[in-house]
Amino acid sequence: MKRIVILGAGTAGTIMANRLRKKYKREVGSGDFQITVVDLDDRHIYQPGLLFIPFGTYEPSDTIGTRRSELPAEVGYIQQRIDRVMPEENRVYLEDDSVIDYDVLIVATGSRVVPEETEGLTGAGWGEKMFEFYTQEGAEALAPAMREFKGGNLVLNVTEMPIKCPIAPLEFVFLSDAFFTKRGIRDKVNITLVTPLDGAFTRPLAASAFGNLLEEKGISIVTEFNTGAVDGPNGKLISYDDKTVDFDLLVSVPVHMGAEFVERSPGLGDDMNWVLTDPNTLQSKVKPNIFCIGDATNLATSKAGSVAHFESEILEENIGHFIKEEPLAPAFDGHANCFIETGFNKAVLIDFNYDVEPLPGKFPFPHVGPLSLLRESRLNHVGKMAFKWVYWNMLLPGREIPGVKAQMALRGKHNLAQYTGGQPV
Amino acid sequence: MTTATIGGKTVEVDGEGFLQKPEQWDEELGVEIAKELGIELTDRHWQVVKYMRQQVLDTGSAPSIRSLGKQSGVPIKELYQLFPKGPAKMAAKIAGIPKPHGCI
Repeated sequence: MKRIVILGAGTAGTIMANRLRKKYKREVGSGDFQITVVDLDDRHIYQPGLLFIPFGTYEPSDTIGTRRSELPAEVGYIQQRIDRVMPEENRVYLEDDSVIDYDVLIVATGSRVVPEETEGLTGAGWGEKMFEFYTQEGAEALAPAMREFKGGNLVLNVTEMPIKCPIAPLEFVFLSDAFFTKRGIRDKVNITLVTPLDGAFTRPLAASAFGNLLEEKGISIVTEFNTGAVDGPNGKLISYDDKTVDFDLLVSVPVHMGAEFVERSPGLGDDMNWVLTDPNTLQSKVKPNIFCIGDATNLATSKAGSVAHFESEILEENIGHFIKEEPLAPAFDGHANCFIETGFNKAVLIDFNYDVEPLPGKFPFPHVGPLSLLRESRLNHVGKMAFKWVYWNMLLPGREIPGVKAQMALRGKHNLAQYTGGQPV
Repeated sequence: MTTATIGGKTVEVDGEGFLQKPEQWDEELGVEIAKELGIELTDRHWQVVKYMRQQVLDTGSAPSIRSLGKQSGVPIKELYQLFPKGPAKMAAKIAGIPKPHGCI
């Protein structure tokens, strides 16, 4: 019997459970294969929706589902906290001292925010004028503060990279601009994005496009600001090199780390608990029968659901190869695809990978679209809002999304030679 | 890719002067690159530069500021005093490794 164990039932883990159960339908039915998923609770958060809670666009209940209901009935579900993985023993230890033995392990335990890592952030003022929106509770707490804000300095601070959904900070400031315009107090609110990056985004072409949008909307940006501490009572962000930014309302994107058990699992991760992963095959560096997918990896691509979706297709294939003792396919190219809400019912769509910048063009069908890349449009916004349905009904079940492929396509995009970084097209 | 002559040595660099081939680097070159950045290298600088270089050669990716502060033995505050224009970038440049990818 082959035992496949998946740690984590978030976006990546759920997709993998559904895909593998489909791939090995017969084997699972006959008991030759056993698929087991582990997570510590039964609450599946629709994370792209958290952005909309502070603005009242979504009610808190709009983002909450359950984990078990998104998994196939034939898959085992163990609700326990993971204590550690011992790669040499092929064994997972759970908090209650029970163990799970595996032939193949998939780590899909995602990322988490750790506001305690920043001096002063969870001190005086936390939950009063200092918030985050990367958790359900954080997003809910921020909503009344946004509703009741009377004006002053609203600061969105990206503490440190990498973060989940690296475009969410931009979306937050764009939506804040629209939100306070609608509340009629936009002229009383200074909106500032404070980031450790040297521009509005990690990639130059997109950084300049978003930089222009920020300027058009009268949003300030402070770059290369590495947050060392937060002084709640005085409303100040303080960088390691003693620069300061004043705030009346702080929305922090706290330090992100991988799951805690990674720290207790020999050789599995780096010092921020990201799992050391091969960028193209998704096999872990620690042992051939351990694989990693989604936010949990240390890969230089976005921590985003679209990435987990693209990775899942490659990982399904490679698990098949591994079980049949065939060479793995080095097929993952770092493909990411993100909608960026820009306010007033418009959005921008970007599509990129390890080597190729986000380019202008049409998506997903070359020259036809209907969505526009790297340009604001109403249809992109419709796409973003419709994504919630796609997430629960197509993405999690591991169904094909028409026209959207695991590997990034260059057809239908502009200015290729200039922006492909010399990579063959 | 362009070449530059630093301290009499010809090396391959990117547009911002980061070495593209770590094997073209030696400590003397590090001293020269530091001078161009206006830094006189002390033992504390070297501790960071050597840690940075080793990490990149071993793991293929540059440590974040936080890891640099935790693992190099030089606290983050001091990193900024040693390398005022951004410790990760400057240490990488002096260490002769490609520009750290801003994580995405």
